[in-house]
Amino acid sequence: MSHLPRIGRRGLLLGLTALAATRQARLAVAAPPALAMPDDRRLVVVIQRGAMDGLAALAPYGDANYRSLRGPLALAEPGRENGLLDCGGFFGLAPELRNFHRFFQEGSLLPVHAIAGPYRNRSHFEAQDMLESGAPERLSSGWLNRALEGTPPVPKGAPERGLAVGNDLPLLMRGAQPVGMWAPPRPVRPPPELYARMADLLHADPLIGDAVREGLRARGFAADALRGEPPARSGFVSLATSAGRLLAAPQGPRVAALEIGGWDTHANQNYALGRALKQLDEGMAALRGQLGPAWRHTAVLVMTEFGRTARANGSLGTDHGTGGVAFLIGGAVQGGRVVADWPGLAEGQLFEKRDLAPTRDLRAIAKALLRDHLGLPEAAIATAFPGAEGVAAENGLIREG
Amino acid sequence: MDTRPLQAAIRFGLGSRPDQALPSDPLAWLDAQIAGPDPEPPLPAGWPAPPTVPDGYRVLNASERNKRRPGQRHPADLHFEAEVIAAQAVRIDTAAPYRERLVAFWANHFTVARRAGYGAAVAIGPYLREAIRPHVNGRFTDMLRAVATHPAMLSYLNQSASVGPNSAQGKRTGRGLNENLAREILELHTVTPAAGYSQADVVEFARLLTGWGNERRKPPLGVVFRASHHEPGAKTVMGRRFEEGREATDAALRFLAEHPATHRFLATKLVRHFVADDPPPAAVARIEAVLRDTGGDLAAVAAALPRLPQAWNPPLGKLRSPADYTIAALRACGARGIASGRFAWGSTVRMNQSAWDARQPNGWPDHAGAWLGPEPMMQRLDWCYEVAGHFARLDPMAVLDTALGPLARDETRQALRGAGSPRDALALLFASSEFQRR
Repeated sequence: MSHLPRIGRRGLLLGLTALAATRQARLAVAAPPALAMPDDRRLVVVIQRGAMDGLAALAPYGDANYRSLRGPLALAEPGRENGLLDCGGFFGLAPELRNFHRFFQEGSLLPVHAIAGPYRNRSHFEAQDMLESGAPERLSSGWLNRALEGTPPVPKGAPERGLAVGNDLPLLMRGAQPVGMWAPPRPVRPPPELYARMADLLHADPLIGDAVREGLRARGFAADALRGEPPARSGFVSLATSAGRLLAAPQGPRVAALEIGGWDTHANQNYALGRALKQLDEGMAALRGQLGPAWRHTAVLVMTEFGRTARANGSLGTDHGTGGVAFLIGGAVQGGRVVADWPGLAEGQLFEKRDLAPTRDLRAIAKALLRDHLGLPEAAIATAFPGAEGVAAENGLIREG
Repeated sequence: MDTRPLQAAIRFGLGSRPDQALPSDPLAWLDAQIAGPDPEPPLPAGWPAPPTVPDGYRVLNASERNKRRPGQRHPADLHFEAEVIAAQAVRIDTAAPYRERLVAFWANHFTVARRAGYGAAVAIGPYLREAIRPHVNGRFTDMLRAVATHPAMLSYLNQSASVGPNSAQGKRTGRGLNENLAREILELHTVTPAAGYSQADVVEFARLLTGWGNERRKPPLGVVFRASHHEPGAKTVMGRRFEEGREATDAALRFLAEHPATHRFLATKLVRHFVADDPPPAAVARIEAVLRDTGGDLAAVAAALPRLPQAWNPPLGKLRSPADYTIAALRACGARGIASGRFAWGSTVRMNQSAWDARQPNGWPDHAGAWLGPEPMMQRLDWCYEVAGHFARLDPMAVLDTALGPLARDETRQALRGAGSPRDALALLFASSEFQRR
């Protein structure tokens, strides 16, 4: 049965003309015009939900108290079987982070240790909200969305500059700036005509209308960039692969957010954390593989809501803590060294005698990315991080030019 | 036309069914669902009686002894699936949908998730039957005590692994506290950070809870209190002193359950769930007063919610969560049986609200913003088309009358009439603004 779609005034409003005219199985919004982007810089933010143990991911094996404090969680020294991967003689990466170590050796990995946001109460949920809000309180928009306000306007018809990869839009990317979304495709999809009718029916809905409009646009774009992609592996590696493919496109998005879980290691940490680290490590390698030459212009921030207790708890795990580690990765990063004002692991040096004491503010790193990598003006950075006037952007994280 | 009977079925129930008449007296219909003991629990396929925690552990232990053939599913996965599918099937055809909504609300408040591993996964069915369902019309204190000492929760939030550092076991092995359960009871289940507790309170409460554990391998299987793991001495939680010993758990949980901050938190959550994303303060104050005046009687709360004037106006104020949305569509089509339960479960997985598998201990969010991302909304539209394919033999206008009746907009009726096929028409019904709300 042939049934012609009825694309009326509202369909036009939704930008669905191309869809109606072409009648292709793939949703295609108007082809974006060739863009003259000011430059090729890409920024990717990876949120590690659940609080990664920074002392496990990047172990300070050179600290005299490391072994006694960490006990069963202490890892073997570099060079030994399943030992740490050395980063300059004091810190070592967890053995699962093999690609991270390769990045370090070639100068494109920059770990920042003993770092935390401004929040000190050890609740995952409040801390994640503030990590993403970029403020000492929960806001309804995220700092990465507000940062997009400071980038040059996107030409009409072109895809959004920001992209959330995954099944959900994280708070980090919510806000006034439109962002695209991409999720792994599902097998059954309505024909484009029916999408158009659904959009027609929902266009005026104050809640749903916008989401459908953005969803259709994002799929139109994403379907274009991902055509011919081989079946990807599941989970984070697959998401990172797709993100890399989309970011590599000459007219693709320039800022992307991804999430990875599995960090809340209250028990049997050595095993549970190993799996999560391996996923992260392979995901970053996949991202780099897809980005190709664009890797040179890419910076990735890997961040988590807080660190974990310095000592093991009663079940070979760790409880919620404070200071941890963040990673900057990418060809644009001035890496190959560890940035840290190391607070020490002696009893009196720990925060509240239990957690790694934070000596750096995560917002200083994020601000530096906006200033030195995206080239945003001071005012735009202040909008992204309200109430952080006293936190100066860190210098020297990004390569010149 | 009086829309209240249909509103009751949509707002307080799981959506109307073609084979269930709408109630003539909505309040009496809702009240009747709260009265009396929990109806016969749903039985998972292959079980002559409801499986218990020891039954689940035996499945798990046997699977560790016997090697699986290549391609054979893990027996604990199969056991979990049988349970979760049976529970979905009940939601699809229950005649007491308000009661099921309350079960889902409290199960989400006290989240336990499959992703914590097989030990938790095989205990979730018994957890709902033993700790949640019997108390949805009982006292909050009793539900909290049942939850906090149930093997599913003890395993999910690692309490089984917490040892008092100065207990006999702690001294012998050097093992210590695991704060997870103590922290989440304070933060997520009872008083919340609004009550102003400190890290020291979390540690004291964790010390108080030591001893509670879980025997998975040797009989008697299930919950156990090990005095040898219990931290000696009195503990002080939020300024209240509790003596050493197992009895302190009951006393501390009662103290937390009856705390004014808990009543305020529960009232806010309940009103957000049943009334509006932004809970009207007057409605919250009313439910808070019921909790306070009745000592946390959840039957009184369940009776008070539909009597809030704010609960009826506007009629379709909340976006349906994916879990409730899928069930409502299946109910409108008159679906029933295990196959439908399996489809419903798979649908929750696809739409990012996997039944019994919330991502974090704070459970699924309860406001529209959480489900409104562009891609999730597209997946919802895709799902509409798929489910419509299963029921394309039905008369779409009849399904619309069952599901929305007088609440359907003219525009939606028009769209269904103009659709190219019954399948497209049904997909449009499920995609409509009205059907996506409750």
